[in-house]
Amino acid sequence: MLALELDPVLLARIQFAFTISFHIVFPAFTIGLASWLAVVEGLYLKTGKNVYREIYKMWIKIFAVCFGMGVVSGVVMSYQFGTNWSVFSDKVGNVIGPLLGYEVLTAFFLEASFLGIMLFGWGRVSKKMHFVSTLIVAFGTLVSAFWILSANSWMQTPQGFEVRADGLLYATNWMEVIFNPSFPVRFLHMVTAAYLTTAFVVGGVGAYYLWRKIHVEHAKVMFSMAMLMAVFVAPTQLLIGHAHGENTMEYQPIKVAAMEGNWERGSNKPLYLFGIPNEETESTDYGITIPNGASLILTGSAEGVVPGLKEVAKEDRPPVAIVFWSFRVMVGLGVAMILTGILAAILYFRKRLFDVKSFQLWCMAMMPSGFIALLAGWFVTEVGRQPFTVYGVVRTAESISPVIAEQLALSLGIFVVAYTLIFGTGSYYILKLIGKGPNQDKSGNGYYEHGQEAVAPNLASNIGKEGKNV
Amino acid sequence: MFDLSPWLDLPLIWGALIATAVFIYVLLDGFDLGCGILFPFAPSDKCRSKIMNSIAPFWDGNETWLVLGGGGLFAAFPVAYAIVMPALYLPVILMLIGLIFRGVAFEFRFKTEGRDRKLWDVSFHVGSLLAAFMQGVILGNFVQGFEVVERGFAGGPLDWANGFAVITGISLVFGYALIGATWLIWKCEDDTQRWARAVARYVIGFVALAMGLVSLCMPFIDERILELWFSVPNLFFLAPIPIITLCAFVMLWKDLHSEREVRPFLLTMLIFLLGYVGLGISLFPWIVPFSFTLWDAAAASTSQSFLLVGTAVFLPIILVYTGYSYYIFRGKADDKAMY
Repeated sequence: MLALELDPVLLARIQFAFTISFHIVFPAFTIGLASWLAVVEGLYLKTGKNVYREIYKMWIKIFAVCFGMGVVSGVVMSYQFGTNWSVFSDKVGNVIGPLLGYEVLTAFFLEASFLGIMLFGWGRVSKKMHFVSTLIVAFGTLVSAFWILSANSWMQTPQGFEVRADGLLYATNWMEVIFNPSFPVRFLHMVTAAYLTTAFVVGGVGAYYLWRKIHVEHAKVMFSMAMLMAVFVAPTQLLIGHAHGENTMEYQPIKVAAMEGNWERGSNKPLYLFGIPNEETESTDYGITIPNGASLILTGSAEGVVPGLKEVAKEDRPPVAIVFWSFRVMVGLGVAMILTGILAAILYFRKRLFDVKSFQLWCMAMMPSGFIALLAGWFVTEVGRQPFTVYGVVRTAESISPVIAEQLALSLGIFVVAYTLIFGTGSYYILKLIGKGPNQDKSGNGYYEHGQEAVAPNLASNIGKEGKNV
Repeated sequence: MFDLSPWLDLPLIWGALIATAVFIYVLLDGFDLGCGILFPFAPSDKCRSKIMNSIAPFWDGNETWLVLGGGGLFAAFPVAYAIVMPALYLPVILMLIGLIFRGVAFEFRFKTEGRDRKLWDVSFHVGSLLAAFMQGVILGNFVQGFEVVERGFAGGPLDWANGFAVITGISLVFGYALIGATWLIWKCEDDTQRWARAVARYVIGFVALAMGLVSLCMPFIDERILELWFSVPNLFFLAPIPIITLCAFVMLWKDLHSEREVRPFLLTMLIFLLGYVGLGISLFPWIVPFSFTLWDAAAASTSQSFLLVGTAVFLPIILVYTGYSYYIFRGKADDKAMY
């Protein structure tokens, strides 16, 4: 029967990958959006210009939808360690548990409480307090990223612990656990990725309005701020990513070998622009290569020695193709982002930034680029960590809960259906909000309102006489 | 590596902290889940908007206590977390699904009108109901204990589906409905308030019945619980708990027939507290009932110490700004879009 074919470890991994992939998109976007909203509100308070207020009003609705979806998918994550990976939880709970505990204590409550004030507090708190709430929410998203990436990095590059006779891990030095070798660069890489993701969404929306010649005043602000990010932050991300790669080469060389599709350790290794890694023959076929490229990038010299997958036994290698391809998707999109920045700079100096239709179309096409690059990057680092949960210490196969495959299959099915429905609808509402654009309310009242959208006149009676006037 | 265990009984402190976090969760998310349970029975759409607005700024913070409960259990008693979660696999997953559907409804119903809004109203109600029922099922199973071999759950996938768990599931639904209704008495006026009062008067009987039933069942779950409650002199020390509970029910019943607005909510919280304390006394010192005590399941004392420092610093701050948030949104809820 089917049950015999179901592999619980694979099912649990698919479920984790599925739920975290859905989840990660929202926090990443809200990290960027929260910081940007803080900047926009700050500009409004400083200049008093309505355009900033209206941009804030428009995007906070999108922020709220994303944040809501991030919260509900995040609660799932906090229980999934136990439901699906209970042996892992038991073994490493001593080390990782407190990090997650700190995340809840220092970030989740902060975000949740001040989000309430941010969304519903206008008119109840002063403008300054409202701005402070936005700042606190933005700060909270970064603190949250700090802890979760520390925990994640520790699973990649574990240190500051010992394994005792009972088979459990014990922390020996908290500073070493928290600031493990891959954490600083991974944190920078992730936060920068979050900012870029948001920038390209905002820029794409600005481009769309410019293209349609609607909300032009707002569009110019969004577009130019986004392009500023593309010009300066996208190339910075390349440097950070490179530093991250060097770090991985030092601590997880086999992951780098998988990223490069390189099998034999050695010097003068080519960089594959294209290729099909074949785990059977242990080679990368149909390669289009730049000679010495991998050695040059990874070591700075054509003679540099690059790690190869064959250095370790087959059962200790990650799935090569996923890592190899995800890496190319991520880097490719990163390059496209840098290119966008260069084009924007050229157009700016020619004083044509806001009126080149083809560039606007390009920026609209780039809207999802951040999300895709982000997910691809996660696939590189997470799949590249396999077959371990804690790199080199605890294997994935020995981390799983004593639950039967049917349970995992059932819950996976439930999650797929629920997430598709919920996040599909959420995305639809976000697109609808974008389509609607900023509400140019010149009357000056309702600097901030959050609640039911306007209802059609025939339904207004249900809401009562106070039904919102738009 | 600092270690506070020479000076403090860390497992006991952590047991108390997690119990407190879960209790705060039950109170806070209890009233907003309760609002979801009562939602479709409200007399008008205007009332439903008021209900939604009365909890919209808080639900997210309320739910964070559940994350703290789960995260705290993982951090302070990893083996307990590793046993309980697989044992309650499906109830936990279904609770999470329920929380997802009700959580997104807050934002989604603000974005729609007509039939789509009805859809998210249903999602809000059914999600709240499912989450509440599953939490009751989880509670019912927790007190019965689990089949454990060494450090893992060894029972079957459907062990959780038993009569007692169904009773606790239904009980919690009624309990949440009561605390939701008394919250609405406090936060609403006019017809919403009148309706909430009528609902509370109706639900209170079921809550009393359910609490009585669960209390009667408890001593038969384990001899130790029977021994604890009905031996002398314990009987006299513990007698105030059921007696005060009874008084609180009587007072609440009277309040629900008066114009009082705040006290019904406070009394309901008191009833919840007494029920919770009763459970706590019955189950102490188990963290996985009848298999692992707090001390058996404790994480390394260095891990518990490390997080305890953070908790000592941040928990008071959290309580302050949570209080601040409730203070800002004090007063009666409105049905207007601009809250």
